This record gives sequence, C-alpha cells and structure tokens, in this order.
Amino acid sequence: MNRLFGALSALILSTMPVWAIVDIQEVRSPGGITAWLVEDDAIPFVALEIRFQGGAALDPEDKRGAGYFMTGLLNEGAGEFDARAYATRVEELAASFSFEIFDDSMSVSARFLSENRDEAVEHLRIALQEPRFDTDAIERLRGQILSVIASDAKDPDTIAGTTFDALAFPGHPYATAREGTAETVGAMTRDDIVNAHKNTFARDRIFVGAAGDISPEELGLLLDTLLGGLPANGAPLPPDAEYALEGGVTVVPFETPQSVARFGHEGLSRDDKDFFAAFVLNQIVGGGGFNNRLMEEVRVKRGLTYGIGSFLLPLDNAALYLGQFSSDNTRIAEAIDVIRTQWTDVAENGVTEEELEAAKVYLTGAYPLRFDGNGRIASIMVGMQMDDLGMDYIPTRNDKVRAVTVEDLRRVAKRLLRPEDLHFVIVGQPQGLETN
Amino acid sequence: MKRWIWATAIATTAALPASAAEDVTTFTLENGLEIVVIEDHRAAAVTNMVWYRTGAADEPPGKSGIAHFLEHLLFKGTDELEPGEFSAIVEANGGSDNAFTSWDYTGYFQRVAADRLELMIEMEADRMTDLVLTDEVVLPERDVILEERSQRIDNSAGGIFGEQRRAAQYLNHPYAIPIIGWRHEMEELSRKDALDFYDTFYAPNNAILIVAGDADPDQVLRMAQTHFGPIPANPDLPVRVRPQEPPQVAERRIAYADARVAQPYVLRTYLAPERDPGAQETAAALTLLSELLGGSSATSVLGGKLEFEEQRSVYTAAFYNGLSLDATSFGFINVPAAGVSLEDAEADVDRVIAEFMAEGVDEAALERIKMQLRASEIYSRDSVEGRARQYGTALTSGLTVEDVQAWPDILQATTSEQIMAAAEMVFDRRNAVTGWLMRESAEEVMQ
Repeated sequence: MNRLFGALSALILSTMPVWAIVDIQEVRSPGGITAWLVEDDAIPFVALEIRFQGGAALDPEDKRGAGYFMTGLLNEGAGEFDARAYATRVEELAASFSFEIFDDSMSVSARFLSENRDEAVEHLRIALQEPRFDTDAIERLRGQILSVIASDAKDPDTIAGTTFDALAFPGHPYATAREGTAETVGAMTRDDIVNAHKNTFARDRIFVGAAGDISPEELGLLLDTLLGGLPANGAPLPPDAEYALEGGVTVVPFETPQSVARFGHEGLSRDDKDFFAAFVLNQIVGGGGFNNRLMEEVRVKRGLTYGIGSFLLPLDNAALYLGQFSSDNTRIAEAIDVIRTQWTDVAENGVTEEELEAAKVYLTGAYPLRFDGNGRIASIMVGMQMDDLGMDYIPTRNDKVRAVTVEDLRRVAKRLLRPEDLHFVIVGQPQGLETN
Repeated sequence: MKRWIWATAIATTAALPASAAEDVTTFTLENGLEIVVIEDHRAAAVTNMVWYRTGAADEPPGKSGIAHFLEHLLFKGTDELEPGEFSAIVEANGGSDNAFTSWDYTGYFQRVAADRLELMIEMEADRMTDLVLTDEVVLPERDVILEERSQRIDNSAGGIFGEQRRAAQYLNHPYAIPIIGWRHEMEELSRKDALDFYDTFYAPNNAILIVAGDADPDQVLRMAQTHFGPIPANPDLPVRVRPQEPPQVAERRIAYADARVAQPYVLRTYLAPERDPGAQETAAALTLLSELLGGSSATSVLGGKLEFEEQRSVYTAAFYNGLSLDATSFGFINVPAAGVSLEDAEADVDRVIAEFMAEGVDEAALERIKMQLRASEIYSRDSVEGRARQYGTALTSGLTVEDVQAWPDILQATTSEQIMAAAEMVFDRRNAVTGWLMRESAEEVMQ
C-alpha cells in the first residue's frame, strides 16, 4: 500500500459489506411444482428461468444433435401459429423467450411485461407443450445448423474444445459437439426431434427461479399453467463418463498466426468435500480478474497472451479442471512452460497467506455484486437448486470462504493440480513444441 | 440457437432508448469535468466510470492503436500506485474493473459495493493526472496488445474482412483505421507515444464521470470536488475536429478469400448520418429502417423473404448504430444458403430492398417495433450498468443528456414517410462498400 490510499483501503478491508442480498421465498404451486422467488415490484416485468436436468447428453448415440435441433425449433411455431405468426405475436407482446441446451440441462429464459403477462405465458406454454416442428421450419433450421457445423470446423477455438472433449471422453455424449455432425444432422427426422422433446421436457426434472413483479400465488398458478401439462417422466439420465486422457501435448495443425490452447485434466465434482476449497484455490491459480498466477506470469510479466484463465467444470457425469489461452505460434511453447511451472509450484507448495487473503477479500466482496438484475437473480437461484444448495447458502457462503485456510489449500492443491496429467491441445502452427 | 455467430460478423450496438430521466442528475465542475449520476437503490452496489472524449479516431497519423495501448497502460502505475496496484486495490475491495476503447471514447470502470465509491473516484482522479510509465512495463504490454490483435483480428477471417471493409468505407476520416491499430504501427508504439497522447487528452475538461447505482448525487458531487476538483483543466485541449469525408462518388467493392472461411457471405455498408445534438430525427428513421429491414429474422423484410419464403439465406440482418461523433454506416449482411452464390446473394438483397422501396413500410410491423422499443425502456431499467454505458457512449459521441432523454420519444414519433425518405437518402451506391467473404478456392468471380 501507499500513503495516499493506504489508510482508506485498510479501513475498508476490515468492514466488508453486510447486507441482505436477496429475500428468497420458496413457492409450491397447487400442482406441486417448486420454485424460488425474489419478489420485487420496482420494475413491471418478471424474469423466469426454468431448467430441465438432462440436456444434450440425452441424445441417442446415432442421433447426436437431436436435442440441439429440437431446441432451435421451439421458437419456430407452436399451437395454431406457424413460425412467422408465432414470432409476430411474441414481438407484439414485447416478451422474450430463449431456449438453450447445455450438456446436462435445457434452459428456458423468459422475460415478460406485467401488462400482458397472461398472454405472454400462454405463448411460452405452447412453445414448451405444443411445438409444431413443421417441415419447412425443420429444413430451414437444418441449413442453419449445417452452416454452424461447417464454420465450427474452421474455428480454432471450437476445434481446441472439441478435440479435448473427444480425447477425454471417448464413447460418451460429452465427447462430441452438441450440435451433432453433418451426418447426424443431415439424417435427422421429425420423429427424432419429437423424441428429443419427450426425453427433455418432463416434470420429474424441473428447477425454477423467478424474480420481479409477481406474487407467490400468481407464480404458483403460472407454473401449473406453464408446466403442469408436461409428461411426468423424461428419459433416463446418462451414465458417468470415464476420463481417458493422459498428460501430454496434442497439436491440431491449422494455418493461422496465433495458436489456441485448451488444457487441463480431471477436476472435482460439485459434491466433493473439497470442491469449495478448490474453487477458492482456482481463484488464485487462474480465476476471475487480473490478480491471479496465470495472468501475472503469462500476460503481465511476459506478454505471452491477451487473456488466460482456468476454471472448474463439474458436469453431472464427469469433472474437469480446464484452462484456455492463445499465443502467437512463435511464443506458445514458452507459455506452456510457464503454465507447467506454476502448476507444479502450486501443487508442491500451495499458495501464500497473502494470496489466500486477497482471494478471500475479492470473492466475498464480489459475491453480492452478482445479484444485479432480475434475470441474473432468477438464473442464480436455479443454479443453486441444481447444485443442491439450500436457501441459507447465500447468507452463509461468504463465511465458508473466510473459513478456508492455507493448510486446506495445500492439501487440496495436491489433489486438484496434477502437472504430470496436464494435457494441452494446441490448434495452430506452434513452433518448438514436442508432442506425444 | 447459435445464429449469433453470424451476428458477430457485424459490429452493431442495439440502439436501445435510455429510460426515465427523473433518476438522472448532472453536474459540471469548474475544471470542466462533467458528472452524471444514475440512481438505482435496489442493491447496495455501484458502477463508477470515467469516460474520455478521446478514442482511436483522435490518434496522430502513424500511431494507430495508441489510444487503446494507453488504455492498457493506465493500469501500470502512478506516482502513488505500483504497476497493477490499481486493479489489486479494486479486487481487494471486492470489486471488479476493466476498460474499453472505441473510435470516439475511452472508458474505465469499476463495480464495487456502494461504500467503496469514494476510493474508486480517488484512484481515477489519481490516474487522470499522475500516470508513471517505465519501459519495463510498457514493452511486455505492447506484446499483450499484439497478442490481442492476433486474437481479435488475425486469427479470424471475418475479423480481417471487417477491418478491410471499414478501411474502404472511409476515404479520409480516421474511422478507416482499426481501434487495435495496424500491426506494423503497433510494433513501433513507445512509452513516449503513450505519454504524449495522455498529456494531450487526459484532463478533466475532456472527461465525464458517470456513477450508476446506489449513490447519492450530492455525495458524488462532494467526492468529485474533493478528488477531481484540484486537477486543472488542460487549456491546450485540441478542438475535436477530425478529417471529414469528401463526397464519395465511386462505389467500392472488396473481395477477401481465406482458407478459414467455411461459410461465405456478402456484406454491404453505406455511409450514413449519425445522431447529432438536437437533430436525431434522421438517425431515428434509420434505426427503425434497420429494424424493419433486418431486425428479426422471422418478421423483417429481408429475413421474411430470403430466410422464410424463399429459403435462399441462412441468415440476414440489417444494422445501423447512430451513436458516433462523425458519419456512421448502415449495412446489410446476407449469408446465403448452400448452393446460392455470393453474386446471387447480393442480387437477392438488392431485389428485396427494391421491392421494399416500391411497397413502403408495413404499418403493423412498425407499430410492433415501436412497442418493443417502449418495452425496452422498462427492461433496460433492470441494468443500471447498461444505462450508464448508454449515457457514456452518447456524451462522448457529441450528444447531450437532453438528447439521450429525448431519443425514445423521437423514435416513437417517427413516421413511415420519414423512414422512406431516410431510405431514399442512404441507399446510394456511390457511398457504399460491398464485400464478399469467400472460401480460398472460390469458384465465384466478382461481377
């Protein structure tokens, strides 16, 4: 610290903010659907986030891309409306419905005005329960998806990610892109899409968060309208994925001036007793912001990249610890050396008291800032439910961060960071790199 | 759906209207610093922003990228702070910070708990005037911006294509030059170049402090007076006049082939007027025109015809961003379906636009777009940070707070006649650049 800011900063460090972040109510609809609600009538609209566990990993092996295809069609006609009539109606209501499929979940993000809520909800209901899957919409979307697949095949970032996944999880849906391949998408039939819809949307796997201008009673009735007509059960969830990758370097030759890297090894699952400490540790290794080992060593000190980061990826059926960056072809070998050195150092020596203290202050201070807006709040609440965190997680979470010690991190570092297992996938024309 | 990958081919910002004026308070300090406070007391958090009315279009010739390079270097220490300490203090207070550079502005921001605001203001005031740079930090950071250029531009066929198209759009105005800079000039940028630029442009009479969130306007004023107040105005601040475009009389065409292109497309931009203080009507008409022609795929003129009725396109859009100090552009993109050549894709757009010019505006479609714009005023209140950005962009693009607040009403009052008149004016091929992004072994031939 320094004379100008020292006094003020020191004072502030000792009085981190304490305020009620959000006031969550648990709502149970008459039909038995549970939701978390933050009621706030300051702005006359509601943000609603619904997730269905499952997602693209439910695709049958020879129908890869079915879930993604189906997701794209939900906005393309429902009930009595064809695609253009449906879009026209939703625009007239100034509502917004977006559907996105991830590996392990299907996400429905909606926002609608208080002034026409019932009509908006009816349009969302038919998208979920009565999608038309018209032939012309299927063909239009097929063209778009094939175009995306072709573009992804020439995008170095995407190639790095899909190559890592393919090497890590052979035989599991996680190994392939959720968009599918030109072959599977080219052959996809309307029946395949209808099946994907049946497999995905069911009442046995729903998580709901809502924030904004709606009462618990109104939300309960809304949820029964919206979701009550769905089938009771969806497809069985996929099996665990076996991690098959060993330490080393894989180069995917690609003519481009800057190499793109994806690296990592296995991580910790969300319910691992060390997950929380691992999350704090990752903040110090390569988490958000500028103040972490990888940013300092690779970017700030050596100028080897514009951005680098690491993150824990706890999937339902596997857990990864990953990182990514890009460096010009002539310099990426040096960047890899620097990362390996840091990985080894943290694994062997853990982190310092100062690093842990800085991470704690950052994480505890940044946490309340996440809750900025109805959409974000609804989404966070769904994530908490899917991770099986109780409502009391929010007020106690920062205490958990503060309770982590350097000894915890030294122990967890040996589990989490395994330099000999680090595998780098490099897409580009890297120079001076030995591969295995 | 992943259709956004096409949307990233075009640089466009939704021209959302800023909302209700009653929670916005403005001040000006004696040294010229403007202050805008946007109150939102829903959460005890605040965004602190300092915007400079200086960007890439204000760079001296031959020094492309210096505005953006300087933005990076503002984190590299002052007489009070070590390199990197600015961000470290922000993080040590549980906040996050970053910065951004465009042609017309450079902005710095922190998001923190509301009771940390004064420290942020104090640190921004410090680096407005007391930057200290050494080659030890400047040279590695120059490598960082070169890597940033590789990542944003050189590693992407679409990035290179966009850069070339823009260079062809402006014959004389520095908007032709990329914000990140041309590589051969970036490689030569020095500590002295950065400090010269800093000394010229970083001063209270060239800056706007925007505080958004759980803040009291009078408290913000007091903090600003305490920390920015003592900094003298720069009497030698250059008047902000850039080289302007001459009449453009020759249509331009570019073609770029790259092995990394999987999906070719055609893109055309026309030079177009921007939003001007007290005169935003034409820009409002162009904003609505872009929504009518290529806002929503399912309901717009281009999408409805080419994606839905004829299925000749994978993706279409029209785009226009009126927030610009000098002349901006109006454009289209057409990503053709398999089997449709770029020549035909270009002809398709021309045909559909010609039909639109003959038939005029669909009043129901216009009303739908206006309804969505009214709703966006409600939705935008959910993001106080977004509103702060709207004010910052507008105020550094030559507009006033009054212009920002008048904009929603101007959009609502715009008529079909005004929209068609704006279309007649803007669709002049002499002002246009048409670009084809092609596969390397392109069988297509330029017309």
